[in-house]
Amino acid sequence: MIALAGILGAPLIGAALLAAIPGYRLSARCNVLASLVAFAAALLLLHHRPQAGRFMLVDDLNVVFIVLSTFVGFTTSLFSASYIGHELATLRLTPAYLRFYHAMYQLMMFGMNLALVSNNIGLMWVAVELATLSTVMMVGIYRTHEALEAAWKYFILGSVGIALALFGTILVYLAARPVVGGGLDGMAWTVLLMHAAGFDPALLDVAFVFLLLGYGTKVGLAPMHAWLPDAHAEGPTPISAVLSGLLLNVALYALLRFKMLLAACPGGIAPGPLMIALGLASLLFASLMLYRRRDIKRLFAYSSIEHMGIIVFAFGMAGPLGNFAGLLQMVMHSLTKSAIFFSVGHVAQVKGTQRIAEMGGLTESHPLLGWGLVAGVAAIAGMPPFGVFTSEFLVISSTFARAPLLAVLLVLGLLLALGALLLRLSSVAFGPVRGGTGPTGASFVPMFAHLALVLVAGIYLPAPLVAWFQHIAALLG
Amino acid sequence: MSGGLSLSVANTLAGLMVLASFLMIYQDRLSALINVLAAHAFVLALAVAWQAHVQDAPELYVTAAITLGFKAMALPMALRRIIVRLGLHREIEAVTGVGLTVLAGIGLVALSLDVMLPVTAHADPLTREDVTLALSVVLLGLLMMVTRRNAVSQVAAFLSLENGIDLAAAAAQGMPMVVEISVAFSLLVAFLVIGIFLFRIRERFDSVDVRALDAFRGERR
Repeated sequence: MIALAGILGAPLIGAALLAAIPGYRLSARCNVLASLVAFAAALLLLHHRPQAGRFMLVDDLNVVFIVLSTFVGFTTSLFSASYIGHELATLRLTPAYLRFYHAMYQLMMFGMNLALVSNNIGLMWVAVELATLSTVMMVGIYRTHEALEAAWKYFILGSVGIALALFGTILVYLAARPVVGGGLDGMAWTVLLMHAAGFDPALLDVAFVFLLLGYGTKVGLAPMHAWLPDAHAEGPTPISAVLSGLLLNVALYALLRFKMLLAACPGGIAPGPLMIALGLASLLFASLMLYRRRDIKRLFAYSSIEHMGIIVFAFGMAGPLGNFAGLLQMVMHSLTKSAIFFSVGHVAQVKGTQRIAEMGGLTESHPLLGWGLVAGVAAIAGMPPFGVFTSEFLVISSTFARAPLLAVLLVLGLLLALGALLLRLSSVAFGPVRGGTGPTGASFVPMFAHLALVLVAGIYLPAPLVAWFQHIAALLG
Repeated sequence: MSGGLSLSVANTLAGLMVLASFLMIYQDRLSALINVLAAHAFVLALAVAWQAHVQDAPELYVTAAITLGFKAMALPMALRRIIVRLGLHREIEAVTGVGLTVLAGIGLVALSLDVMLPVTAHADPLTREDVTLALSVVLLGLLMMVTRRNAVSQVAAFLSLENGIDLAAAAAQGMPMVVEISVAFSLLVAFLVIGIFLFRIRERFDSVDVRALDAFRGERR
C-alpha cells in the first residue's frame, strides 16, 4: 500500500506544494524530489505488490508501464530543472507561470499514474482526461500565436477522442452488466476479464471501435494525429519529452487492456486487423511527412507517430513474438525519444531557433550535445547496436514469418523514416557551424543515462527481463 | 406504471435531444445557438430524471440536478457573458452548406440506428433505444464540430456531444455514480480551460474565429 500511496501521493502533494513555492531553484528541486519519490515507490512495486482492490490494481502488465513512466518522469524533471532556468533567464516564462508549470507537471504525473494503476475503466478514463487537461495547459504556456493554436487544437481533438472513449467505456459496461451485474463490479478490470467470455460479442465489438478511435486519438494514430506535432513543437521541451515518452504510452496501455478483454470474448471481432491497419497507416504517413519538416521538434513529433504506428502494428500482429516486440519497442521508444527531446531542448536554446535550416555543425560547436543527438537519432532510426534495432528487427522478422506482404510495407516505412532522419541529422550535426555557439549550461546526465540504457538493451537483455516480458506477451494473447 | 408509457416518454425525451442537435446544426446566430444548447441540456436533465424514476435509481436524480443547474443554466449563462464581452452577440456566423450538413446528419442518425439496434438486441428496450439515440447526439455533435469555424460554436458542439454521452451513461442501468460525477466535474474543468483559452484568444487576435488561428501553422513555408 505504501508503494501505491507513494506513486499517487507524491505527485499530488508535489502539485499542491509547487503551486505555492515561489523561488525557481527551490521549486525545481521539489519537482525533482517528488518525481524521485514516485520512482522509488514504483521500484518498491517490483518487489512487493499490493492485493488488487476495488479501485487499484497492480499486475504484471501495468508494473512495466508504471516503472517506465515514473523513471522518465524523474529524468525529465532533472532535464526540466536546467531547461526552465534558461527559459526564465531569457524571459520566455515569468515566475508565476513557472509555478503553474511545475504544479501542472506533477498533476500530469498524478493523472498518468492513476490511469495506470486504476482497476476501474471509469476511473481510468477520468485519469486520462486529467492528464490531458494538464498537458493542454502546459502546451499553451508560452501564449504565443502558435502555442495557443497548438493548445486549442490539442484540446479540441483530445476532448473528442476522450469523449468517444467514454462512449466506448459505457458500451463495455452495458456488455458486462447482464453477466456481472450492475455497480462497481461492472467496471473493474479484474472482474470484467474473468467474465469476458460471457459478454455479448457484438456489443463489445462496437465498444472496441469507439475505444480504438478514442484512445487512438491520444496515441496519435494516423487519421487522428493532427494535434500531436503542434503540441510537441509549441510547448516547453520537457513537455514534448513526457508527451512522447509517457502520455502516448498511457493511452496505448488503455487500448491494450480493452484488447485483452476482446481477446477473452469468443465470437468477438479480432482486434488485430484494425490495429494493423491503423498502425501501418500511421507508420507510412509519418515516414513520408518526415521529409518536409523544417522544425526540429516537429520532426521528432512525426517520428513519434511513426513509432506508435510500429508499436500498434506489433500488438495488432499479436502472438507471443509480436506482443514481446511491441512491448520492447514501446520501452525503447520512450527512453530514446525522451533522450532526443532532452538534447533538442538544449540545441534549440543555444541556437536560439527550432528551424532546422538555421542550425548546423552541432558536433563542432557543442560536441557533447551534438554527439548525444547523433546517438539518439541513430538509435531512434533503428540502427544497431541500440535497443530499438532489436525490437524493430523482432517486429519485422515475426511479421515476415506470418504475413510477408505486410512486412514489406513495414520495411518500406522504416527505410523511408531512416532516410529522412539521417538527411536532417546530417545538416544539423555536421557541416558548417550555423546558429548560436554560446555555452549550453545543460545537464547531460538524463540524456546519456537514457541512451546508455538503450545501448545496453541493444547489446544484452537480461534473462529475467526477457522472461518477464514473455510472460506479459502471453497475457496479452 | 406500464412499461409502454415509460418507454415512450424516454423515447420522446431522447428524440427531442436529437431534434435539438439538428437545430444547433443550422443555427447561425451565436446567441440563438446558446439558447438551443440550454434547451438541449434541459431536455437531457428531464431524460435523466425520467431514467431515475423508471429505474428507481435515486442517485440519477443528483445527476439530473447537476445537469439542470450546471449545463442548462450556469454554462449557457457564462457562454452568453463571454459572447457579450467579446462583442459577438449580434454576430452571424457564415455556416456553409447547411442543407448538405443536415442531410449528413440524417445519414448519421440512420447509421447509429443501424449499428446500435442490432447489437443491443438483448438489452432492456429502455436502455437500448436511449443509447441508440445518444449515439446519434454524439455523432451530430461531432459533425457540428467539424463544420463550424467559430471557437464558441465549437465549444457548444462539444457540449452537446457530452450531453449525448451523459444520456448513454444514464441509460446504462446501474452504472456506478463515480462516472457521472466525474463527467460533471471534468466538464467544469474543461469549461474553465475553454474559458481561459477564449479570453487568451480574444486578447491576442481580436477574434474568436478559429480561422484566425489557422493562419499560424507553426511551420511557415
